[in-house]
Amino acid sequence: MEAKLKFGVKEVVAVGIGSALFVALTQVQIPLGIPNTALQPRAALLAFLSAVFGPVVGAAVGLIGHALGDMFFYGSAWWSWVFPEAIFAIVVGAFANKYGVKEGAFGKKEIILFNVMQVIGNAVAWILAAPILDILIYKEPAQKVFVQGVGAWLGNVLIIAVLGTLLTVGYAKVGAKSSSLMKED
Amino acid sequence: MARILTYEEKDTWIHRLSGVTKLVFFLLWTMTSMLSYDTRVLLAMMLGSLVIYKMSKTEWKQVGTVLKFILFFLVINLIAIFLFSPYEGVGIYGTRSDLFHLFGNYWVTKEQLFYELNVMMKYVTIVPAVFMFVVTTNPSEFAASLNRIGISYNIGYSVAIALRYIPDVQDDFSKIRNAQEARGIEMSGKASFSSRIKNTAAIIFPLIFTSMDRIDVVSNAMELRGFGKHKKRTWYMGKKLKRADYVTLAVTVLLSALFLFITFHDGDRFYNPFV
Repeated sequence: MEAKLKFGVKEVVAVGIGSALFVALTQVQIPLGIPNTALQPRAALLAFLSAVFGPVVGAAVGLIGHALGDMFFYGSAWWSWVFPEAIFAIVVGAFANKYGVKEGAFGKKEIILFNVMQVIGNAVAWILAAPILDILIYKEPAQKVFVQGVGAWLGNVLIIAVLGTLLTVGYAKVGAKSSSLMKED
Repeated sequence: MARILTYEEKDTWIHRLSGVTKLVFFLLWTMTSMLSYDTRVLLAMMLGSLVIYKMSKTEWKQVGTVLKFILFFLVINLIAIFLFSPYEGVGIYGTRSDLFHLFGNYWVTKEQLFYELNVMMKYVTIVPAVFMFVVTTNPSEFAASLNRIGISYNIGYSVAIALRYIPDVQDDFSKIRNAQEARGIEMSGKASFSSRIKNTAAIIFPLIFTSMDRIDVVSNAMELRGFGKHKKRTWYMGKKLKRADYVTLAVTVLLSALFLFITFHDGDRFYNPFV
């Protein structure tokens, strides 16, 4: 099986339409009841796309989608939160071959691997990279940005564990193409 | 889904500039305001941003709702900074001049107010530049400009596709939501937390699956037309650089260099009026 690193026509389009979805979902948020915090379904989308298309497409969707979404909805570009999105996608997408989503092989073992990777990826991105960039670039108080980072980590892990997993399982069932033939007993 | 910045055709010198010029300006401007904490530089940049914003003839109705949203977040952020670290400014500027006592361990200091003023200016500086960039640059031309500054045309095309399909995806989203609401799904705050997650799934799953089909359709169509066969491609919407572009580029580069020099020449990103 090819290592999901090439960037052909399919990948160009996947990045384009994936980013459009990511931008459109920027406004879809599930409020938690605490002011200013909400679960972001777009995180589940990014995890799903990284699992299906691999780290390169995932990272590009994260960068383009987050930057465009910030620009269109918030009139700014928060670069310190744009780059971690790519880091997350790379960590989750690195095992795209192992998940076998397109082959319809996304079973129990793959679900566990996917969720372990998303917890690690989110931790590296939001507890490590984003706060450090916030401190280096924006000189914001360390305590504040780490609290924000842990909050974002928890929220994303939760939404991806539920929506991201269901989405990938559902797509593996529906979209399974190459091995949709089953052996009869 | 209306609260979004979009391009609008107008006839000003900023609209006539090439997308490359505006992209370079946008990148240098946001990077400079990111790096600088020098109050004088930020003030100059803020005024510059406002002048450019005025010149682009952007109307309030184009950006008003987004701006209110930004200001709301800015206020929350400033309050959060104070609550988490009321003496951040004292640490940065090295002096402490108390103004008045709030509660517990929280004193309002001049240094903290000055630091938070700088944080505010940093954010406010970027906003008019982004507004200007988004509402005056034709999306198709934007892709051409990305290619022109050296980014692979594959990525440029991805961005073009993203910009092209955002309205379509938003349309699909509202259609699916209307259909699901007609079937009795509750999307407001009245629903319980777990059912709100379930209801969101009921909308975004069909949306994502139809989009996955669309990826196949579009990429097949592009493959049939031989996309990606050659190393280079030409752009129908690309504009040639004119004299106004070269002047703008030169001014942008010189100003950024000057601002960064002023910021860093004393080895510190902060301008300190307290010593």
